[in-house]
Amino acid sequence: MIFTLAARELRSMFLSPMAWVILAVISGLCAYFFLLYIELYLQLQPRLAATPNAPGVTSVIVVPLFSTAATVLLLVTPLLTMRLISEERRNQTLSLLMSAPISMTEIVLGKFLGVFAFVMLILMLVAVMPLSLLAGGEIDMGLWASGLLGLVLLLASFCSIGLYVSTLTAQPTVAAVATFGLLLLLWVLNLAGSTGSEGGGVLSYLSLLSHYQPLLKGIFSSTDIIYYLLVISSCLVLSVRRLDADRLQH
Amino acid sequence: MTNDILIKVEELTRYYGVQTGARPAVDNISFEVRRGEVLGFLGPNGAGKSTTMRMITGNLSPSHGRITINGIDILDQPKKAKADIGFLPELPPLYRELTVDEYLQFCARLNRISRDKQTNAIGTAKERCGLSDVGKRLIANLSKGYQQRVGIAQAIIHSPAVVVLDEPTVGLDPIQIREIRHLIRELSNEHSVILSTHILPEVQATCDRVQIINQGRLVLSDSIEGLIQRMQTSSLRLRTKNQINNNILLAIEGVVAVSVIDEDCVQIKHKPETNPAASIAKITVEQGWELLELTPDRRSLEEIFVDITTAEHTADEQIEKTEAAA
Repeated sequence: MIFTLAARELRSMFLSPMAWVILAVISGLCAYFFLLYIELYLQLQPRLAATPNAPGVTSVIVVPLFSTAATVLLLVTPLLTMRLISEERRNQTLSLLMSAPISMTEIVLGKFLGVFAFVMLILMLVAVMPLSLLAGGEIDMGLWASGLLGLVLLLASFCSIGLYVSTLTAQPTVAAVATFGLLLLLWVLNLAGSTGSEGGGVLSYLSLLSHYQPLLKGIFSSTDIIYYLLVISSCLVLSVRRLDADRLQH
Repeated sequence: MTNDILIKVEELTRYYGVQTGARPAVDNISFEVRRGEVLGFLGPNGAGKSTTMRMITGNLSPSHGRITINGIDILDQPKKAKADIGFLPELPPLYRELTVDEYLQFCARLNRISRDKQTNAIGTAKERCGLSDVGKRLIANLSKGYQQRVGIAQAIIHSPAVVVLDEPTVGLDPIQIREIRHLIRELSNEHSVILSTHILPEVQATCDRVQIINQGRLVLSDSIEGLIQRMQTSSLRLRTKNQINNNILLAIEGVVAVSVIDEDCVQIKHKPETNPAASIAKITVEQGWELLELTPDRRSLEEIFVDITTAEHTADEQIEKTEAAA
């Protein structure tokens, strides 16, 4: 049942030009950055060869690429998640789901999986780019995988936050703007930590970014994984509760 | 069994907003619908029709009361109860970017129709709603009438025991309205149907039973025969080519009063237990008035409707007045 909903969501996305445009723009942008980092590596190569324990090709090309991809997707995810519930609410198609023999949890999970599957498609395009380097040399597959895992968890959090914001309103644009604001805030929350003021540490800990960076460095810490899983599950639970509340009050 | 009760609504109440003392949108409504019955829900705008229907279909939780669908409480076992319901809201819930076939397939899956039966179910629903030719077309490109039909197809695709239609003929042309009414009558062979409308002839054309709801309260619940009986009045209308002599008419057994409507037409009031139509016809011929028309007067459904809904009003006002006086 969840997959039926997810499949419908994906299908609707590909029936509008939106999905194709987003895929094209993101792969274009990421390809540009990829080439840029390769160029940078080629310039640095003579100096790197001279220094002992120098960062390898993966650290110079792949890690910055994944980092840039996260920023680009931070801008794009709100556009993908904005219509999830709010458009159904505006077109009053939500009652189709509400009168069908499915639970709210299934609706929310279906919606989440639908948009997450699309984001994974984007991610696949980005992830295979560094693999082209294998043709001419070696890359650190462990670092690549760890960065990719970080990106997957990060994007899943983006999607779940976007989904929750989308349940709050009937206007997709409002959902998009609110999601973008929220994501950006959570992204830069660690800046407060760098000022050294009191409580900065806590804020820094809550930042989406500060849990992504270790993974980019190849440090796999269960704390970071659990942090992301907590963000995802609490947003999904909140979405279910919000939809349930629809039936109670108006 | 053809007499089993499919929908049972008990003391249903729904408040909007949280302020206490506010008038509920639906106030203590109870009723039952049997298998094979078409129940018409009538009422002015904002009377609480849609709220009631949305509660029956699980889109809205009631503040008080119980709803049982086919013996299953919708609050206790929502999934199981909802499997027996097909709902067409006021605005058909369509994904406009899908084709009719894709949309119906999604609905079939949503209602857990097993894979091998899906094609069959979709085919049947399309055939019944006259959609066989438009399966490959985008819903967005269909006319309003066809979109409405897709909405109905969606509601009956899983052959639910109960079909709830909220104003199914709004925005359709007269031919389409006739087709939809025909479809509703057909549905009632196997399903129970509740439909809401504020178009009165629709009720006469399709329903077995009528409930009039006003300001959240059930003010009338009657069979369609009962309603027709209410429409009968004890008066006749006589139209002739030549001038009528009222005194001759008044002399007829059972006639109470004769009032002139225009030059060649009179209204004849008679005692309710007698029907003097035969004698009137005979005398008209004897007198050489040349009969053009002799019909029983009927109150329209509109008049009954207005009577009932305004009677409530005046009763309320009288209570308020007496309260003010005291």
